[in-house]
Amino acid sequence: MDTPLTRGWIARVASTIADQADYLTQLDSAIGDADHGVNMNRGFAAVTDALADYEAATVGDLLVRVGSTLVSRVGGASGPLYGTAFRAMGKELATPTVDSAQLAGALRAGLEALQKLGAAVPGDKTIVDAYLPALEALQAAVDAGESLTTATAAAASAAHEGMRSTIPMQARKGRASYLGPRSVGHQDPGATSTWLIFRSLAEATAAGG
Amino acid sequence: MKKLINAPEDVVREALAGVAAAHPELRVDLVNQIVVRAEAPRAGKVGLISGGGSGHEPLHGGFVGVGMLDAACPGEIFTSPVPDQILAATKAVESGAGVVHIVKNYTGDVLNFQMAAELATDDGVRVETVLVDDDVAVENSTWTAGRRGTTATLIVEKVAGAAAEEGQAIEAVAELGRRVNENSASFAVALTACTTPAAGKPGFDLPEDEMEVGVGIHGEPGRRREKLVSAKDIVQICLDAIQTAKPIGAGDRAIVIVNGLGGTPLIELYLVFGEVAAALRTAGVEIARSLVGNYVTSLDMAGMSVTVCRADDDIIRLWDAPVRTPALRWGG
Repeated sequence: MDTPLTRGWIARVASTIADQADYLTQLDSAIGDADHGVNMNRGFAAVTDALADYEAATVGDLLVRVGSTLVSRVGGASGPLYGTAFRAMGKELATPTVDSAQLAGALRAGLEALQKLGAAVPGDKTIVDAYLPALEALQAAVDAGESLTTATAAAASAAHEGMRSTIPMQARKGRASYLGPRSVGHQDPGATSTWLIFRSLAEATAAGG
Repeated sequence: MKKLINAPEDVVREALAGVAAAHPELRVDLVNQIVVRAEAPRAGKVGLISGGGSGHEPLHGGFVGVGMLDAACPGEIFTSPVPDQILAATKAVESGAGVVHIVKNYTGDVLNFQMAAELATDDGVRVETVLVDDDVAVENSTWTAGRRGTTATLIVEKVAGAAAEEGQAIEAVAELGRRVNENSASFAVALTACTTPAAGKPGFDLPEDEMEVGVGIHGEPGRRREKLVSAKDIVQICLDAIQTAKPIGAGDRAIVIVNGLGGTPLIELYLVFGEVAAALRTAGVEIARSLVGNYVTSLDMAGMSVTVCRADDDIIRLWDAPVRTPALRWGG
């Protein structure tokens, strides 16, 4: 993975989030406060601007800038959580090109930082429920010597499954937790945006940018 | 959706421009999106800031002024402010005596204020955080994000603001804020959902003969849905929840607020206050001070919350201290 591929990934995230903003907000209005799509879209639109004239030497520089922009522009819980994850990921990747194992390690650092900040564990009906299985699938594929394309495709598919697994869960973190048992039966908006991010990674990798 | 707006994405910024036009005594920074007391920072005075999503007006911007907040940072509608805003507000009011952050207990608010506090501390500003979590509809447990901060925020801001105004040190100001929070309990009931400008339609459908019990202030559904009952019975539901969580009785004095959620007329709020007062008197509680009106709102949601704060002499004295803000003003 190099800087053009990283830019391609983030550009796809931005366009996917823009396309799916209403869907994310609709999911959020069922169990949250109806702003996830709006907030993520504002954040990634700002990311697009922030990367436009940014000359990044490394993959990590790009991802740190993505994270900082999200922290500064999104607000809510998703701004600090996604922002911190991207920043932590970026700090692991201090070279112009990284291999699959390094990407997996960086994604792990991102998840750890996100969990440290948000204190969510699997089963809480959050981002973590899509992120963790995606990371595990990617790591397994990398360990098995699969290509980056295959590994990121496996991650996207696991993220999708993880996202669907949030439907029967009762939320224990974030605003949905206020609903108690009434949060059951709804797909978590954060897990959904996480799936979109992994799907964009797989698409960018398959397309070579 | 019918709203007096130009475009959904411009609502917060344009409303702030309106605040600036209506209140020349405040400094409104449209770039950082913060509202600051004109004379801040004042040498030796502890700075007091709060913030949170917009849509709860007059909270928090309406409480900036003499005897209350030094600055407020409004986020987008129902979205917590970002660390940059909070840091800008912190620096705008820092005089060397430290800054108290009053934070309502929501995941987003807590995370963004925490990041801002770390940045401010790195810059040499002492920050104390007072977390407000008075809404007893939510259990404080590992199964939730914890109780929500709602109308007690107003009392915390008033009492801590008065303490800062009379020159108390940061530890004392923060301690008073925490004491108010620990002694406060709130419970809300909604008769309609609210409509955010971005969503353009109500957050949930609520039939004519039903109500949402135990709602927060972000348009989300409550803990449960029930058949609509009389005001007297709704008050009983609220007070039962409050009494279960934070019992109050004979010999206790209280500051009591009946707060409208934005879409309920004052006449109904006063009717509700009458019921609350009667029930509390029966329980032996002395209503030392009271407030009725729309103070911590949820856009256009119809409904109200009841807040009971057990108050000691200090809290009552600081509640009575002069305040001069857009939404709350009394005394000298």
